[in-house]
Amino acid sequence: MVNYPTWKKVLVALICFIGLAYAVPNFVDEDLLSGVPDGLPNQQVNLGLDLRGGSHLLIEVEVQKVIDEYLESLVDTARAELREARIRYRSLGKSANNMGVNIPQEADQDRALELLRQLDLEARVSQSGDRLTIELPEPIMAARRAAAVQQSIEIIRRRIDETGVREPTIQQQGQNRIILQMPGVEDPQRVKDLIGKTANLSFQMVDVDNPLQEALAGRVPPGSEVLQMAPNARGPGQPDFMLVRKRVDVSGQNLVDSQPSFDGRTNQPVVTFRFDTAGARRFGEVSTNNVGRPFAIVLDDEIISAPVIQEPILGGTGQISGRFSVQETSDLALLLRAGALPAPISFLEERTVGPGMGADAVAAGEFASVVGLVAVLIFMAIAYGRFGLYADIALLMNVILILGALSVLQATLTLPGIAGIVLTIGMAVDANVLIFERIREEARAGRTPISAIDAGYSRAFTTIIDANVTTLIAAILLYAFGSGPVRGFAVTLSIGIITSMFTAIMLTRLFVVTWLRSKRPDSLPV
Amino acid sequence: MKALNLVPHDVDISFISKRVLFFAFSAFLIIASIGMVLTKGLNFGIDFKGGILIEVRTEGPADIGAMRDQLSALGLGEVSLQEFGLPTDVLIRIQRQDGDGDAQNRAVELVQKTMGTEVEYRRTEFVGPKVSQELLQDGILAVGLAMAAILVYIWFRFEWQFGVGAIIALMHDIIVTIGVFALLGLEFNLSTVAAVLTIAGYSINDTVVVFDRVREKLRKYKTMDLPELLNFAINRTLSRTLMTSVTTLIALASLFFLGGEVIRDFSFAMIFGVVIGTYSSICVAVPILLYLGLDERARGNLDGTNEDGPQSQADRP
Repeated sequence: MVNYPTWKKVLVALICFIGLAYAVPNFVDEDLLSGVPDGLPNQQVNLGLDLRGGSHLLIEVEVQKVIDEYLESLVDTARAELREARIRYRSLGKSANNMGVNIPQEADQDRALELLRQLDLEARVSQSGDRLTIELPEPIMAARRAAAVQQSIEIIRRRIDETGVREPTIQQQGQNRIILQMPGVEDPQRVKDLIGKTANLSFQMVDVDNPLQEALAGRVPPGSEVLQMAPNARGPGQPDFMLVRKRVDVSGQNLVDSQPSFDGRTNQPVVTFRFDTAGARRFGEVSTNNVGRPFAIVLDDEIISAPVIQEPILGGTGQISGRFSVQETSDLALLLRAGALPAPISFLEERTVGPGMGADAVAAGEFASVVGLVAVLIFMAIAYGRFGLYADIALLMNVILILGALSVLQATLTLPGIAGIVLTIGMAVDANVLIFERIREEARAGRTPISAIDAGYSRAFTTIIDANVTTLIAAILLYAFGSGPVRGFAVTLSIGIITSMFTAIMLTRLFVVTWLRSKRPDSLPV
Repeated sequence: MKALNLVPHDVDISFISKRVLFFAFSAFLIIASIGMVLTKGLNFGIDFKGGILIEVRTEGPADIGAMRDQLSALGLGEVSLQEFGLPTDVLIRIQRQDGDGDAQNRAVELVQKTMGTEVEYRRTEFVGPKVSQELLQDGILAVGLAMAAILVYIWFRFEWQFGVGAIIALMHDIIVTIGVFALLGLEFNLSTVAAVLTIAGYSINDTVVVFDRVREKLRKYKTMDLPELLNFAINRTLSRTLMTSVTTLIALASLFFLGGEVIRDFSFAMIFGVVIGTYSSICVAVPILLYLGLDERARGNLDGTNEDGPQSQADRP
């Protein structure tokens, strides 16, 4: 024990040096760090949103809607095709994950089966009695749901980028959730408004052949639907609802650009848009055939504008006018540019911390840490004299190592995380207390200083391991099941337990041995 | 050169002989805690109950009454306001709105519209019903798994009697801490679960140290009376137990008084946990070994794993 091998000394010194090197950037001005090349320590501790201020949102993508919509479109196509093929059918409809139809006449069944097969080659068609069912195999449904989540992340990212929020983090969590973190955003309301909209845009003709009153009374003609008018789309004398053809002539997918602008004549804020080639051709055809009739611009099942086609629109550009404010037109243009979400989303959780609060928390946390640290340092020095000072150096080193480890790992430091560090400061000396108390005891039992120290370290060692492993177990489970700031606590606690075992056992031992070899004392100063 | 000793090195307090008293006291604490939780209930925060929490700062001292009137008129159900640390700071809690997360979101929007921009929004949080349920489940699971894992580890490292003793002491600490939360009506949230798990870690840490000494003495003094031996082990580790408690309490006290309002309940839980954990290690975990059949057979087993005699373990390089 008195022989502390050189390689061990080098190792201890090396670990301390590396820890120090990675901790240093935290005490340096940020501008200075940008000059430090990568590979060298140039990262500061990554502060959580609760400390730097910002907004955390947990979003759920309603992926079942993707499947629902898919099945709905299957039903629509199947109906049209069956009619065209003059096949008699009953009970055409969808359930949660399949669609089915009854074909009463046996002669038609084979034709119907073939027809359904052609609807989607990936789907599985089966027959039992006169009931034909078509469904997607689970792996394909899962792939579509996953794709919907991926696409949602992409669209949300595009929308947020347009708002000018800096450094947002957008991550998938679990199967159908998205975590959105926006440092520095103290009022996420506008962002929530923007990303909460599905922004499904479509151009549909207004059904002028059937009376709206009938439809409102519940007799909606097939192929049409009743849609609500957006409040600021409704001109004077216009109704709250309109009867609109279900058929989507051109959709938002055909848009290539969209900008907020002002109408040349009325000077009202409007949104201008441009179709891609296919969209422009389609829109040209439809408008040519329907001059004098109104069409509806529908956003998320709400009519935002219902102008009458004055003349064929062949250029592939157009504008949406209504009683919009400038803000509304710029938001709408943004949404149209970024594209529609594949499925609706909802907000499950929000945690927003203002910048003042975060700064206060950092200041209070730092102050409490420093005071706690100094108090423990003083106490240890009083309690164990020279050895206490050794333990103090180890404790300071421990704090440095924690900071270094946090910086290297880029783990997120949260307010509970700071609490974890303070707690570690209190508990880190435990290993040294165990060793020193044991040394005292052994010395009292009549051992020589060297023998007492030797016995103290070796006997306390297993105890230290056992005691720390149990705490580490708790910390790891906390990390696994905790969320948000609490995880930060688990991180600092775990790092602190590991570094404290290193500093308390290896580092103080180095000091004690060095002192022992140079002084060869007759009695121990503990 | 003589340094501070919290207890004299030859301290000999008879803990074991007072075990009935300790057990009675602990039984009382546990029953009272369970009673408290059952009758008074826990004051769940929004993490576990869902709902909305908004912290605002006003220009001058906040007029909580006026704010309450303003917010109660919104028809959002139960709204509670309290001063939070400073006279200018108000913590607003609003019960969970019917419906999903979006319903909470709309309520937040409504509140912010009502209160306007004169106040500084320091914190805005809402948790929907789906997430709060998951958080509660995860919290319970984490505490349960932590206890199971600790039990397995202690079992693996010691005789099973020690594992059982440690877990009983651990459950004692957790139950009583939760009981205090019910008694004082402190908010029980995610941080509290973190605190409870840390208390579990700390309490076990403490217990293991004493157990370790018991095991060592069992090997060394084969003929010593078990109660006497346990008492001896407690007394020999008493100085360390108190030392570590003091340094931890020093650090936690600094956190409690200086760490800010947000983590005050969290710090309190841990301070309480350290105290109760220290008590339970000495007065519950060790005496209970007497009743778990830690007898001559166990001693024989312990010794059997170590044929070179008691010294070799201690003198291992």
